Amino acid sequence: MQRINSKVRPIGIHDCQKGCSMVWETVIGLEIHSQLKTKSKIFSGASTAFGATPNSQACAVDLGLPGVLPVLNKEVVKMAVTFGLAIDAKINKRSIFARKNYFYPDLPKGYQISQFELPIVGEGEIEISTGDGKVKKVGITRAHLEEDAGKSIHDLYDDYTAVDLNRAGTPLLEIVSDPDMSSAKEAVAYAKKIHALVQYIGICDGNMQEGSFRCDANVSIRKQGAEKLGTRAELKNINSFKFLEKAINLEVERQQDILEEGGSVVQETRLYDAVKNETRSMRSKEEANDYRYFPDPDLLPVDIDDELLEQIRSNLPELPTEKKQRFINDLGLSDYDAEVLTSQKAVADYFEAMLDVGADSKLSANWVMGELSAVLKKNQTDIENCPVSAQAFAELVMRIADDTISGKIAKDVFKAMWQGEGSADEIINSKGLKQMTDSGAIEGIIEKIIANNSAQVEQYKGGNTKLLGFFVGQVMKATQGKANPKQVNQLLNEKLS
Amino acid sequence: MSLSEQQVKEIAYLARLSVDDGEVEQTTAELNNILDLMADLAKIDTQGVSPMSHPLNMSQRLREDEVSEIDQSQEFQAIAPQTGKNHFLVPTVIE
Repeated sequence: MQRINSKVRPIGIHDCQKGCSMVWETVIGLEIHSQLKTKSKIFSGASTAFGATPNSQACAVDLGLPGVLPVLNKEVVKMAVTFGLAIDAKINKRSIFARKNYFYPDLPKGYQISQFELPIVGEGEIEISTGDGKVKKVGITRAHLEEDAGKSIHDLYDDYTAVDLNRAGTPLLEIVSDPDMSSAKEAVAYAKKIHALVQYIGICDGNMQEGSFRCDANVSIRKQGAEKLGTRAELKNINSFKFLEKAINLEVERQQDILEEGGSVVQETRLYDAVKNETRSMRSKEEANDYRYFPDPDLLPVDIDDELLEQIRSNLPELPTEKKQRFINDLGLSDYDAEVLTSQKAVADYFEAMLDVGADSKLSANWVMGELSAVLKKNQTDIENCPVSAQAFAELVMRIADDTISGKIAKDVFKAMWQGEGSADEIINSKGLKQMTDSGAIEGIIEKIIANNSAQVEQYKGGNTKLLGFFVGQVMKATQGKANPKQVNQLLNEKLS
Repeated sequence: MSLSEQQVKEIAYLARLSVDDGEVEQTTAELNNILDLMADLAKIDTQGVSPMSHPLNMSQRLREDEVSEIDQSQEFQAIAPQTGKNHFLVPTVIE
């Protein structure tokens, strides 16, 4: 396995006081909590919809009132197995639920129902690109089912903490990686890969702002080549990929400073503060870090029979890697283009919707990855919130393909579409942007330009062929960019020879 | 294996059980008796016997993913010690 140094500081090389230099190696493992996209909770029939009135979706089971019993949601089991199959993991045909005991106001029962000894999904792996064109395999230790806790709100009252238990009992799939990543960049690449996968297979909406997809990072460093792992810190409260990278880099830097000053890293949970851009020690739950797991007597072992397994396997949607391969094989896209277009489900869906309308695949790929993503980025939005639909964008691309407009004009048309000025055809017609294809008219313009620029014509004929660009520019200026550049070039070559 | 009085105090704290100093000695002795019984059980040869996680030899029944609960928050909040703005209120928890 290839090791890449953290880029926190120049290749992680430091001069310690004694004048020697130390090279540190970063080791990262991620725990990803992926909220499963079910209608009801994992153990109760309460709704999981986001944003409801506080506590309106917390039923007696979620509140842990006496006399209630949890009953497992079938969809949750199916979703976990779907994930397991997607990463080619071992599916444990018998898994058990356990109680993880701790006290916190947003955990009404005093324990979280989770899985400990026998998780539903065992070992698997996933491939990530490390950025330099290399592919690295990241092991997945396990993925287990558990219920989410409620939310504590600290700023609603001065003298109280307010508790909203709507989230309590929401199904989570916790995906635990092996400590296989060796830089913040790799950790982000892995997290993005899982993020895309859970959306592809339809088990999670991936909404990080709403907390549907959360990452905790276990970070430690050790001297390059050392066998033993260093003491790790667990980073929590990371709700974007950007923060994941920042938090890890900050933590690596902090641990390097401690170790190089001769100190030792304490195993603890640290909270990432995006505002202050720092990690800080959380309430020291280390003394209470004994969760005393035991099998939950309220729940029987979960058995997955072959019939269910086969049913899930046969309904498995196209996976990102399969889609990528299909884009390469059937559409003739390059490996790079196929990778970019399939890295997010929403982008792949948009692209495929364009093809459905009849747009050319390569031209569509170029325009999605080029102009569209540039404008989305500039407007700080994403493809899911794009004001121009895939069908409308396809129409624009088709007008380039059939020579109605040039690529340059298309950018202006796209700007107008973005502003809501109408469809591509409407804008082309109302603004009179249709490309001039009447060669007689273009010829007339060219003749005029040649007549007015005799000095340049002399130079061009004298061998300064770079001046062709000057003539093209003049023609474009005279036609307000509406002449077909291909045609202009061709005609100019004829007239100037 | 046997527990010390200190360990019993720690376990009681984790479970938020109040065990008075006067009760520690007796509680420790009782717990150690249970552990001795476990140690006897552990002597039994269980080679080839698969571990049980539940006394019933059955599988978990699964329910369909349907919302069946209605909003009963008013009733639930009525039995809580303190509520406000649809929330349950507890003494301030400092993160």
